[in-house]
Amino acid sequence: MPEVFEPKIVAFFCNWCTYLAADLAGTSRIKHAPNARVIRVMCSGRVDPQFVLDAFAKGADGVLIGGCHPGDCHYQEGNYKALRRVALLRRLLKQMGIEEERFRLEWISAAEGERVKTVINDMVEKLRALGPRVQPVRKEVA
Amino acid sequence: MSEAGGAVRIGVYICHCGANIAATVDVKSLAASAATMPNVVVWREYKYLCSDSGQDLIRQDIPNQRLNRIVVASCSPHLHEQTFRAAVAAAGLNPFYLQMVNIREHISWVHENRMEATSKAQDLLRAAVRRVARHEALERSRIPIHPDVLVVGGGIAGIHAALTLANAGKHVYLVERQPTIGGHMAQFDKTFPTLDCAACILTPKMSAVKAHQKITLWTYSEVVQVDGYVGSYQVTVKRRTRYVREDLCTGCLECLEACLYQEGRFTDEFNAGLASRKPIYIPFPQAVPQVPVIDPEACIQFKSGKCKKTCIDACGDRHAISFQLEEKTEEIQVGSIIVATGFQVFDARRAPYYGYGVYPDVYTALEVERLVNASGPTAGEVVLRDGRIPKTVGIVHCVGSRDENTNRWCSRVCCMYSLKLAHLIKERTGAEVFNFYIDIRTPGKGFEEFYQKLLNEKVHFIRGRVAEVTDWALDPTEEGKLILRVEDTLAGLVRRIPVDMVVLSVGLEPRSDAQDVCRMFNMTCSGEGFFTERHPKLAPVNTFADGVFLAGCCQGPKDIPDTVAQAGAAAAEALVLIDSGSIETEPNTAYTDEDVCSGCKTCIPLCPYHAITFLEQEKKARINQATCKGCGTCVAACPSGSIRQHLFEDEQIFEEIEGILTYA
Repeated sequence: MPEVFEPKIVAFFCNWCTYLAADLAGTSRIKHAPNARVIRVMCSGRVDPQFVLDAFAKGADGVLIGGCHPGDCHYQEGNYKALRRVALLRRLLKQMGIEEERFRLEWISAAEGERVKTVINDMVEKLRALGPRVQPVRKEVA
Repeated sequence: MSEAGGAVRIGVYICHCGANIAATVDVKSLAASAATMPNVVVWREYKYLCSDSGQDLIRQDIPNQRLNRIVVASCSPHLHEQTFRAAVAAAGLNPFYLQMVNIREHISWVHENRMEATSKAQDLLRAAVRRVARHEALERSRIPIHPDVLVVGGGIAGIHAALTLANAGKHVYLVERQPTIGGHMAQFDKTFPTLDCAACILTPKMSAVKAHQKITLWTYSEVVQVDGYVGSYQVTVKRRTRYVREDLCTGCLECLEACLYQEGRFTDEFNAGLASRKPIYIPFPQAVPQVPVIDPEACIQFKSGKCKKTCIDACGDRHAISFQLEEKTEEIQVGSIIVATGFQVFDARRAPYYGYGVYPDVYTALEVERLVNASGPTAGEVVLRDGRIPKTVGIVHCVGSRDENTNRWCSRVCCMYSLKLAHLIKERTGAEVFNFYIDIRTPGKGFEEFYQKLLNEKVHFIRGRVAEVTDWALDPTEEGKLILRVEDTLAGLVRRIPVDMVVLSVGLEPRSDAQDVCRMFNMTCSGEGFFTERHPKLAPVNTFADGVFLAGCCQGPKDIPDTVAQAGAAAAEALVLIDSGSIETEPNTAYTDEDVCSGCKTCIPLCPYHAITFLEQEKKARINQATCKGCGTCVAACPSGSIRQHLFEDEQIFEEIEGILTYA
């Protein structure tokens, strides 16, 4: 039987919405794929693009950022700052040959335990379809 | 001895949480893997780490094993981070040398495969072990608590919380949107299951609020903006005008008599639309404050400018009425806030199969509350809109509750108020009363006994969800009646019950503007709009906004005793804050390394709290530690990497990433 590819996802969840949503998924026993590893930050606005690049450089198959819904940020507008950075970062990742599906920003409120499951399961499915990351090979110039 | 000095020595503690974790995560192999991780010198697993004996392991190991870093793999840091920080501090180590790994909520409760769960736990543990090595000793700062409290909402929850605080000598601002306090409870006649008179227990509390020296009561007012943080909230309150000055009005109500309208012509909201009021009115005779309101939508003077202004004449030399009065804005400073904004009843039109708004003899329970009320539109007579006294009454339970198509939750009070209304209707009219129910839920003190009493009173109970209410008679006995079509699930047959009056036991739901209120106070709420408590069991009146507490049905449906208990608890939480005088803050603030700062000013506009100032002389940015709330947005944005964040340093997060992916 061929082994199923298990992608590893590094997830940056904000303390007030998405981290709590993941806690709620726990207390509600909402089973989901075990592929995401959560790093807690106070706000999605804290996610430095370098964290994302570093995760990909070290072999993450996907990176997920979870923040509060627009307008609901615990710090008023940190999630908008995250959104702006993500837009730029997407273009950079594309140039580096990292497929779009590998990097996601999702708004998940503290009440949306179910959505933690949906997002993670969906991402795992897409990453499985994509397969492991292929490291770009530097071509030697003659 | 310097804690951080010398080699890093980490103790790893893995909690079984009974079987909560141990059933899914192989805690033994997790502990064994901890042994292979860098700088780990002690690794233990224990049944319940949060217990005193569990904490004791940590407290003893710190001096005995010379530990200077602690990793606890157990539940969410939102639950027990403070517990373990205190244990670490008790052993003389700076509490911020602790890192928690959430292997319960994020692993054992959401995954099934033991191998996968354990492997994920190992990754997260490795991340924490690497991270904690980079931790530094931090000091908490204290911020003072302003002793005044804002209570939002003047129903029984807000009234009880305000009185409790005021009786403890604290100054309270009580803000109510309606022209009177009292809330929904003021509309009720009797309360279940004791059948004591709602007015007799509520109105004395209302007048106590008005009379209390320590309470500033602002009715007809709304909180429109909240700034600041625990201990120091700046609140803006919009005070609508009644066109009657509260300081001059004596409450003689002669203006009401003098109004050109002899009879009421406009919808009386307090009487659930069953009566009419004049353009100048007080909501009900016992309203607090006893000051009339002029409704500019209805008043002739506002509409045409051609009224004889008989109200002003009646007021005479008191000069309390003025059409020129304008709304005011008040700015207040408070240290804590109690949100008690209540509920709204389900709009029965959303269940069109029950014919509310189509058949005049279909009522909502709130309307019947007014009908049975001695001070209601019929002075307590239960009569239909055409004046007939109903001989048969059908009460439909769970309208807008426990229903996939409307609201899924149980509203908790409907069974009991339906029983109460059944009793009162039978008492007043002698009518035959049918209850149509899914389950009868009577879990409160004296509730089941009340249900038995109703059974003895020969009230009928039919188990089954009513399919529809119709006036389509199939035989002469049904002519002129409303017919309830229902499957009687105990008798196992479909029945048609003709009645004169249908009462819909409408459920409780969040107010339609709950999401906006939630945002204003920086709380969180469920998808439906009930405000979320910090912890369902251990912090039931706290919210995720420090210094903001919950009371009453805005948090979820509940009856009057539970509401009053919760309001008292919320007041107690506010008192704890006030009497401790100050609160410790989480030291997760951002700070600049001024040697590295290039003075580019990128960070300045990013801060929503204006915590970053630019030092013109030095050409450096500096972050005010008192106003920084620790979101870290500036940290992520700083191009020179000169802004850093305590507890969330770049190096710490890079270590986590490294730890997670080491064996990827």
